[in-house]
Amino acid sequence: MSAENTEDKGLEYIRQGTGTADAKATGAALKRQAEELAKIGAEKKGGAAEKAKPAGDSPYVQVDRTLKRCQYSQDALIEVLHSAQETFGFLSDDTMKYVAHELKLPPSWVYGVATFYHFFNLKPQGEHTCTVCMGTACFVKRAGDIVEALEKEFDVKAGETTADGKLSINIARCLGNCGLAPMIILDGEVHARQTPESMLDQCKKLVKG
Amino acid sequence: MTREELQAMAQKEQEKRKAFSCRLLVCYSTPCISSGAEGVRKALVDAVKARNLDAEIDVTCTGCVGPCSRGPLVTVRRAGQEDVIYENVTPEFAVQILAKHALGNEVLTSNVLPKDLPFFAKQLKVVLANSASIDPESLESYVGAGGYTALLKVLEDMTPEQVVDEIKKSGLRGRGGGGFPTGLKWDLVRKAKGDKKYLVANGDEGDPGAYMDRTTMESDPFLVLEGMAIAAYAVGADQGFIYVRAEYPLAAERLRKAIKMAEKAEILGNHIFGSNFNFHIDIRFGAGAFVCGEETALLTSVMGRRGQPYPRPPFPANSGLWGCPTLINNVETFGNIAPIINRGGDWYAGIGTEKSKGTKIFALAGEINNTGLIEVPMGITLREVVFDIGGGIPKGAGFKAAQTGGPSGGCIPAAYLDTPIDYENLAALGSIMGSGGLVIMNDRSCMVDVARFFMDFCRDESCGKCVPCRVGTSQMLRILEKICNGSAVMDDLEKLQEMGKMVQDTSLCGLGFTSPNPVLSTLRYFREEYEAHIRERRCPVGVCQIKEVPLAELMKELPRRIREAAKS
Repeated sequence: MSAENTEDKGLEYIRQGTGTADAKATGAALKRQAEELAKIGAEKKGGAAEKAKPAGDSPYVQVDRTLKRCQYSQDALIEVLHSAQETFGFLSDDTMKYVAHELKLPPSWVYGVATFYHFFNLKPQGEHTCTVCMGTACFVKRAGDIVEALEKEFDVKAGETTADGKLSINIARCLGNCGLAPMIILDGEVHARQTPESMLDQCKKLVKG
Repeated sequence: MTREELQAMAQKEQEKRKAFSCRLLVCYSTPCISSGAEGVRKALVDAVKARNLDAEIDVTCTGCVGPCSRGPLVTVRRAGQEDVIYENVTPEFAVQILAKHALGNEVLTSNVLPKDLPFFAKQLKVVLANSASIDPESLESYVGAGGYTALLKVLEDMTPEQVVDEIKKSGLRGRGGGGFPTGLKWDLVRKAKGDKKYLVANGDEGDPGAYMDRTTMESDPFLVLEGMAIAAYAVGADQGFIYVRAEYPLAAERLRKAIKMAEKAEILGNHIFGSNFNFHIDIRFGAGAFVCGEETALLTSVMGRRGQPYPRPPFPANSGLWGCPTLINNVETFGNIAPIINRGGDWYAGIGTEKSKGTKIFALAGEINNTGLIEVPMGITLREVVFDIGGGIPKGAGFKAAQTGGPSGGCIPAAYLDTPIDYENLAALGSIMGSGGLVIMNDRSCMVDVARFFMDFCRDESCGKCVPCRVGTSQMLRILEKICNGSAVMDDLEKLQEMGKMVQDTSLCGLGFTSPNPVLSTLRYFREEYEAHIRERRCPVGVCQIKEVPLAELMKELPRRIREAAKS
């Protein structure tokens, strides 16, 4: 079964699912489809996606838990999306469709919320992520030079991932550590008072592994 | 929990502290952790264990001490002696502190913060009073420092009206930026009709260059919870939300632990202190949208939707979350409540200026020697903050401007350094108090570039609901980019000013009203820099790369470019 095919079917299920009596049945079917899709995705993307796959039978275990904890309340959408991003590293179309179905919201609504907030990624992230803070204090302390140096070295625009999928470079609005500007988060680790040279060194080391 | 149990808990904690011959307090807030406080803590804990000193020496992780640029910080507290603070502590040095100072009572000679440092002398701590000495993850620690006495006093001795009156008397104004009188807001919500009322603490500090709310939540989470509970009692709410940025995982974690501990001790939840007052608190995560700092946008975000503002009236005080009356205050505002109840509104009103009472937390950052978090009385001058507390500008460079209020504020030039800081004075200078970010710029910053930076931020963060903000910020950014690359003409300055005024007057929410402030204030105080970019085609400080020409001159420019291209 090709990925396009399942996607179409997934949409079909959602259309049927909203407001019909057999919502439950289609829900289970959709879940199965989503699992299959996730499997295909994992095979396609190889290592990174495999790593992001949570333990358990369904890839949505964690999301389901959050859904149950929030009693499937539509107001909990942001929390559910947070939990989905934590599990998968980004929000794929299928994840959003799944969330939309479970919360009985139109997919456009979920997509609207996911794209409104900067924190949600709609594209998969690289193996390593480098987030450069560009808040006022970091800007005054020349964080812009760091971004420029990184963009040049790795031939990638800020907000994108290198072609080999090794490194994503992101820009943050403010990480609230302004006393130690400019600051960078490299794979979850905070580095304070950086220069373009020190940052290039560290990123090169990371990418080389 | 009852009054007796609370007192017993406080007494037990104080006795426990007294039993130690020496206490080592490790600053454990985000800035110090990112400079290596975890290694210092581990080294101290291991060394204490290895030497079997558990009963004599206490190692506690505390909230923020203040001078973040000097971290990691370790404070040595011995009974009957003044505190000694060590700066830039490494794990090895921490073991030396333990061996020599804690055990041998010999103050080390290096890395000691001078006692008479103006950084501390000019501060007055109300909200952050306990942050440097208590463990944010321990309810006992907070109660030992006098915590929850205010809530107990309110529940046992005061009516909701009396609480509101006390806050009105204190003159406290909202610390999120607008400066609306807190007592008045509480009164509006208290009088609003509705069976169900909500309360929201705004911890969505999207303002770049500011981290006061983060520190308040990280350093003293119980203070925020107590303030919220008092407010809930005063206005009659039974459900509260704390809206925390997703970028602040430590703050959220500490708040979550604090809520759990408070619920277990029955000072949050049903029948607080055995009374009929019920109050629950949930945490809601933001997801990185600056506009959610605006109250109506925040409310829609709490309800899980796109964080877009809606027109007021109806004000949230009448119709907020799910159409119910909702009180919404900043986290720092809630931090002021317990001290006001404990010490009285009159005491608080005695601090500050005529119209702006109390203290304000500022995050000092940028080109300044002592970056960090400070709490100062209102009415202090900018000069005192920058040159006494901040220790001046590094590397002998000159002071150029102080940026207050983030993308909603403005740049204040050297000529106004002696203005006392309060809501009215800052507004008169074309800036705002904002949440309290204070970024200092030296004479190597180009003010046009700074204005462009903020406009780019506002354009990106504009939610797109109203036209003036969505289109206006884009058009203003376009002109600023033209000025920065040299293709602007003098007419553009007039256009910029006119458009700024229009966006200010016609936008839907606070983001739009204030987004032209950085441009208008730099145009007002640094107009010659704009003119140098346009007339002389140069950036006075050499930040902008002026390579383009205005459209009208392109015909003259083209032959030159063609010649150059042919040559190369």
